Amino acid sequence: MLLTTAIALVFFYAPNDADQGFVQKIFYVHVPLAIVALIGFVAAGVMGVMHLRTRDDRWDQRSYVAIHMGVIFGVGVLATGAIWARASWGKWWVWDEPTLVSFLIVFLLYVTYYPLRYSIEDPQRRARYASVFAITAGAFVPINFIAVRLAESLVHPRVLNQTAGDMPGEMRLTFLVALAGMALLYIALVKLELTSKHARYELRRLRRLLEEEDRPSGAAAQPIATVPAKPN
Amino acid sequence: MRAIAAIARKDLLVELRTKESVPAMALFAVTTFVIFHFGLDRDRLEGELAAGVLWVTLLFAAILGINRLFVAEREQGGFDGILMAPIERTSLLLAKAGALLVYLVALELIALPVFALFFIEEGFWEAVPRLAAVILLADLGLAVVGAMLASIAVHTRARDLLLPILLLPLTVPVVIGAAAATKPLLSVPLETSGVGKWLAVLALYDLVFGLLAYAVFDFLMED
Repeated sequence: MLLTTAIALVFFYAPNDADQGFVQKIFYVHVPLAIVALIGFVAAGVMGVMHLRTRDDRWDQRSYVAIHMGVIFGVGVLATGAIWARASWGKWWVWDEPTLVSFLIVFLLYVTYYPLRYSIEDPQRRARYASVFAITAGAFVPINFIAVRLAESLVHPRVLNQTAGDMPGEMRLTFLVALAGMALLYIALVKLELTSKHARYELRRLRRLLEEEDRPSGAAAQPIATVPAKPN
Repeated sequence: MRAIAAIARKDLLVELRTKESVPAMALFAVTTFVIFHFGLDRDRLEGELAAGVLWVTLLFAAILGINRLFVAEREQGGFDGILMAPIERTSLLLAKAGALLVYLVALELIALPVFALFFIEEGFWEAVPRLAAVILLADLGLAVVGAMLASIAVHTRARDLLLPILLLPLTVPVVIGAAAATKPLLSVPLETSGVGKWLAVLALYDLVFGLLAYAVFDFLMED
């Protein structure tokens, strides 16, 4: 709903940017995507802490899905960012924009979550190591942004005040709606993925139960129907 | 404390007797300098290029050493022994980071003079005291983060494959800080302005990741 409103606002309400024109509207996709992805990464770190504290596998699952969605959003960020950069700076990629570079580094770091996660077999150890990774990487996100920004600000101090400071009211409203919409989309996707993961897990468990019951009682056993079916 | 010293001492003794890692790291660094000479087609380097070549080489050489330190330990069942001993898990982290620090300093004692010999025209020795501070802070960060990530990587199926891809993005701030601090020191003529700020960045990184590693390490060593 909110996302639809956001899209409508983007196209009909917000004024075209004075010197960038229509292309500037990608800003309403790009920036919320990036902000949501980064917050998602940090949240995954917090979930990692929760997992290590409680040893509850659900926190690990949440952390995993949060990172997973963050990486998918990250691909979107890099793609829309490249399109925008091409349109407004004439190049697909520029190195002197600290936000871009930091995001790329963070993205590269989080992509390594997958090989890490899938190369540990023991589920408990996997959950623990993945949580440790999520915490470390979550702490790394702000540090990395500081370091890259410092490195670049020697040459380009102007970017420091390039944030949402001087947006006209209509643009800001549109931006905020887009941000909220994107955040809700992220949360919805995380929820969806969690549910599907949970359902798959349940299904596997039930199937295993069925097989076990099949074996001792031979063919056409009766207790199959008594397996508790959990609606998902 | 005694456990830390004992483990670190063991690692260093093994290294002294086998001479496995540090010579390989040094050889790797020197060869990489030669590669850079041809790759960049430059006889002399200064300023940011010099800093970049130096730090990229040191970082990659460090990865070699970090991997060795942990894979060897795992292959020979050292982790199990340490886990069975009634000592704190964190002492393993500190011992490994300490041993790594010694490795890195030893590497730099060889690599830096060679680097100066190959690429630096003059004025290198005046920069050495400040350069040493930069290098020590960067080494500290590399050692701590390296020890933590290596103890993750070594327990996975991919083992030594995973360490570089985990370590490189995480050490980008170290490379940024170290290279930026080294750049004025290797400029002709020597400059010293702006070095302090980068030393502070490196120190901050060391502090944050030191604490973080200390906090999470217990969970890596549970079974």
